[in-house]
Amino acid sequence: MNTWTDIFILVLVLADFRLLATSRLAAVIQTTVLQAVCLSAFMLTMADRPWPLLLISLALVTLTIKGVVLPWLLGRAMREAGVQREIEPMVGYSSSVLIGMALLGLSFLIFVPLKASISIQSTFLLPGALFTALTGLLMIVSRKNALTQVAGYLVMENGVYAFGAALAVEEPLLVEMGVLLDVFVAVFVMGITVYQISREFDHIDTDRLSELKD
Amino acid sequence: MKIMASIIHILLALMLSPFLMGIINRVKAKFAGRKGQPLLQTYYDIIKLLKKGSVYSATTTWVFRMGPVLGLAAVITSIMIIPSGGIGGVLSFSGDFILMAYALGLTRFITVVAAMDTGSAFEGMGASREAQFSIIAEVVLLLGMATLAIGTKNISLSGIYSCLWGGSASPLGPAAFLVAFALLIVLLTENARIPVDDPNTHLELTMIHEVMVLDHGGVDLAFIQYGESLKLWLFSALLAGIAIPFRTGTAYGDMAVNITGIFAIAVLVGIIESCMARLRLLHVPQMLLAALSVTIAALLWILR
Repeated sequence: MNTWTDIFILVLVLADFRLLATSRLAAVIQTTVLQAVCLSAFMLTMADRPWPLLLISLALVTLTIKGVVLPWLLGRAMREAGVQREIEPMVGYSSSVLIGMALLGLSFLIFVPLKASISIQSTFLLPGALFTALTGLLMIVSRKNALTQVAGYLVMENGVYAFGAALAVEEPLLVEMGVLLDVFVAVFVMGITVYQISREFDHIDTDRLSELKD
Repeated sequence: MKIMASIIHILLALMLSPFLMGIINRVKAKFAGRKGQPLLQTYYDIIKLLKKGSVYSATTTWVFRMGPVLGLAAVITSIMIIPSGGIGGVLSFSGDFILMAYALGLTRFITVVAAMDTGSAFEGMGASREAQFSIIAEVVLLLGMATLAIGTKNISLSGIYSCLWGGSASPLGPAAFLVAFALLIVLLTENARIPVDDPNTHLELTMIHEVMVLDHGGVDLAFIQYGESLKLWLFSALLAGIAIPFRTGTAYGDMAVNITGIFAIAVLVGIIESCMARLRLLHVPQMLLAALSVTIAALLWILR
């Protein structure tokens, strides 16, 4: 628990803005990799050195699943679907970034009254984690492309994960593992679904999917 | 001693600033495999223009004639405020960065008004673009300065800059570099450099700054070009003061480091211009918004 913890959260927050600003799916996937690296490094900074073996293995598993396997899955789905960009989001990119700034401010405001009751010294950590979760949510509701929505789910989970790691680092190893497995399965299924959708309908635009009839 | 150093800095800025343009052009020429124009070309241009007379269109009024003079005066005022490394400017007082921001705003306003005064639709288009981009750029600049001010608990530029890296550890840490990054984008925008505006282009659809000064000639144009290079010096000095993370402790040492930094930034601008394409006009506000979000992240970092 030191300045490095905060620096990784800062990178996480900046990555969130990049996610909101970019239209290219490849950039979105790369940014989720960056977030995974941040998350696993951040988990290590929460404990004192020498790090317990369990923590190191948890960080490694996080890095493998969120930083390698899931991006690879998303990248494959992207290539299969032949989609490079989000064409027409419901909320434009500039507006997304502006909403993101408001959300970041909001996340900080929420934690001001809670400062006394939380044992964590850093006031950057929890707002950053909450902001990451909100960014994921924003991506899910404001984008039409199924792949961006899956990435949004992943980002939201990153936020929740950072939250969990921040509040209780020693206890819930099993819980963290369970959550990781959950996300893994969810993104795995979504990746396959996106692939199937694109094969059946030649597009992965969720807006047009709602108009399907028998 | 300190006052002497500040005065020397202003004199150096007034003398050396056109040289920055020469460096940028030389770097670009090297990247393109050309020999490039002489390093002192901007000086030659300014001297040539100063020898010429002026021609004024019959539709223009005193506003058009006032533009270049007032613009240059405002930039020189700002140059007197900015610190060089840890040394304060001559005109330093509490809250002086607000005067600096508004003096630069005045330069922009007067350039825009002079462009509108010619009655050319073409210049009006450039003026509208300039005004549109500066709306966000000014917010980023002021918010970045506010971040530094809160972090160092000082509200004069010289106080901020001497506190920033003065002790062993900066009160801002990584936030200072975030502000520096945002300020680099503001520098490129305010000085009409490449990702925002191409200083070499004379293609009417893409021009922003260049189009506004099309009707100026002779001495007026010399003033405008000199003002531009001073503005580049000003932003580079501000940026170098934040981005170079140490102070030598002596006034002249700080100044030497700062001026080296300024020239390094000129080289950096040249590299950026060689490696990047101009952004589409619609994407420029997005880049500025990215700078704004970085600044806000920095602000929240120091408020943590």
